[in-house]
Amino acid sequence: MTDARSIPSQAAPPRSALLEVEHVTVRFSGLLALNDVSFSVQEGQICGLIGPNGAGKTTLFNCLSRHYHYTSGDIRYRGRSLGPVPSHGIARLGMARSFQNLALFGSMSVLENVRMGAFARARSGYLQNLFRTATVRAEEAATQRKSQELLELLDLTQVAHENVGDLPFGTQKRVEIARALALEPTMLLLDEPACGINHEEVTELAGLIRRVRDEFSLTVLLVEHHMSLVMSISDQVVALNFGAVIADGTPAQVQRNPDVIRAYLGGA
Amino acid sequence: MPASSSQALPGSRRRTLLIGATAVVLVLLPVLLTQYQTFQATMILLYAIALLGLNMLVGYNGQISIGHGAFFAIGAYVTAILVSSFGIPYWATIPIAGLVCLVIGILFGIPALRLEGHYLALATFGLALALPQILKLHVFEAWTKGVVGIFVRKPKAPFGLPLTADQWLYYFTLFFLALAFLFAANLLRGRIGQAMIAIRDQPAAAASMGVNVSYYKTMTFGLSALYTGVAGALSAVVVQFVAPDSFSLHLSISFLLAIVIGGLGTMWGALFGAVFMVVVPNLASEISTAAPWAIYGVAVIIFMYVMPTGLVGLVRKIWNGFSRTPAAGGAA
Repeated sequence: MTDARSIPSQAAPPRSALLEVEHVTVRFSGLLALNDVSFSVQEGQICGLIGPNGAGKTTLFNCLSRHYHYTSGDIRYRGRSLGPVPSHGIARLGMARSFQNLALFGSMSVLENVRMGAFARARSGYLQNLFRTATVRAEEAATQRKSQELLELLDLTQVAHENVGDLPFGTQKRVEIARALALEPTMLLLDEPACGINHEEVTELAGLIRRVRDEFSLTVLLVEHHMSLVMSISDQVVALNFGAVIADGTPAQVQRNPDVIRAYLGGA
Repeated sequence: MPASSSQALPGSRRRTLLIGATAVVLVLLPVLLTQYQTFQATMILLYAIALLGLNMLVGYNGQISIGHGAFFAIGAYVTAILVSSFGIPYWATIPIAGLVCLVIGILFGIPALRLEGHYLALATFGLALALPQILKLHVFEAWTKGVVGIFVRKPKAPFGLPLTADQWLYYFTLFFLALAFLFAANLLRGRIGQAMIAIRDQPAAAASMGVNVSYYKTMTFGLSALYTGVAGALSAVVVQFVAPDSFSLHLSISFLLAIVIGGLGTMWGALFGAVFMVVVPNLASEISTAAPWAIYGVAVIIFMYVMPTGLVGLVRKIWNGFSRTPAAGGAA
């Protein structure tokens, strides 16, 4: 399990792998953004995805959330290929994500943003909504209750009715996490949650990620630059460089890996 | 009275009061108006229906259409043709016209919504440009009567109601506006309305929440066409006449202008915008018969500079100044 390239993709994983990335290649008009990337994430684990700028972390993330199509290879979630799944179908599978540079709904309040996160949990259609039937009202009451609990958990109750745009960056990041959790996901994809927040907030964030993983029995895939955060909370770390996996293992194993050390310290 | 203790009057109560007061005024209004003023008030009501629809599209969903005059025209023609050629009662043609526009709106929307922003705007522009001439085509002349247009007989008040024909049409239109308002309010406060706003704010994030962006964009386009079509259908009955040249590009642009001046992304904006659409050109031609559009144009420029958030924004600012609350609520 130390080197992704040595794992035969056909072999049955030791435990149930929730997410399997198999030989994924992404090419942007000549540029090889991801080159034969393979790794898997076990259920209930926190997996950190690291790598220098331009290593392909965000590209991989966008493949997972179906904003990009991979050229070859496959990504499986619970054994199901993501190939035919459209970007709006990911939520229904139970995958929620946050965005690196924040993608909150700017005209909405904090509470409305979090409620929007539960969109895929409700089913009511046009006719029911035009008449605002009992089903619609029941769905809304349930969403409201759940959203308020999440606001409480993420210490956002005080700002529930504030416009998200008026809040400090660190708070907005928490709103994104609350919004992602509102889906009641089985997997949480976090795209650089520590980017742009201060040292104190990073410590809180580490506790928070662990806490939500335990409380909601989540699997977390974390793309992050902040090395100490990744190394302190991850069960597994995958390192990318120039679009390829250079290490895959426990934080201790990856930190010792000469390729990783070279990628971060040496020949840039 | 609400000035002293706005804490005691939460947003929803205040809103109910405001809607109730507006409803009372609208119901009593014809008593105070002359025949011609009643006609104009009816035009305001039916334009407000069109603007409610256009506002869903432009204000809430962030798509631009400079072609909604086309759906207004289609709605008007459907009613005129059904009444004059098929003898269907006028009241039954209104929902039919709405459904026809819903279908055409969705069909137009499916390919057009692959176009983003300005490109969609230009495609709708093409629609508005083409439609008046399509209505004049020989192929359709048996129904559309070509350039001559179609006369629609003015209906009398039914059930022996003690109303003039104009007053009846006012209430008939008010009924549809009330329905349009209710449905729009229901839709916008629910998950679909929130999805529409989410698409406007952050389409990529909306998709990752499970919102099928192109489906909701297409449906919003169709729904706004339905609203505009219903308004057009009512106009055929109220004006008693349809002709291709009543639905020029000018109408489409007036709609877009009115919704921006009224207030984008607000329900009240539709009503304010409709008042602007009817009252300002009238005032302008009273001030100067020679150059009414110059005055109208200047009025538009002033509005844009003085009230960038529309009339609704101005009213809110005044209201909030009165009650000295830090702008609470404000979604609807």
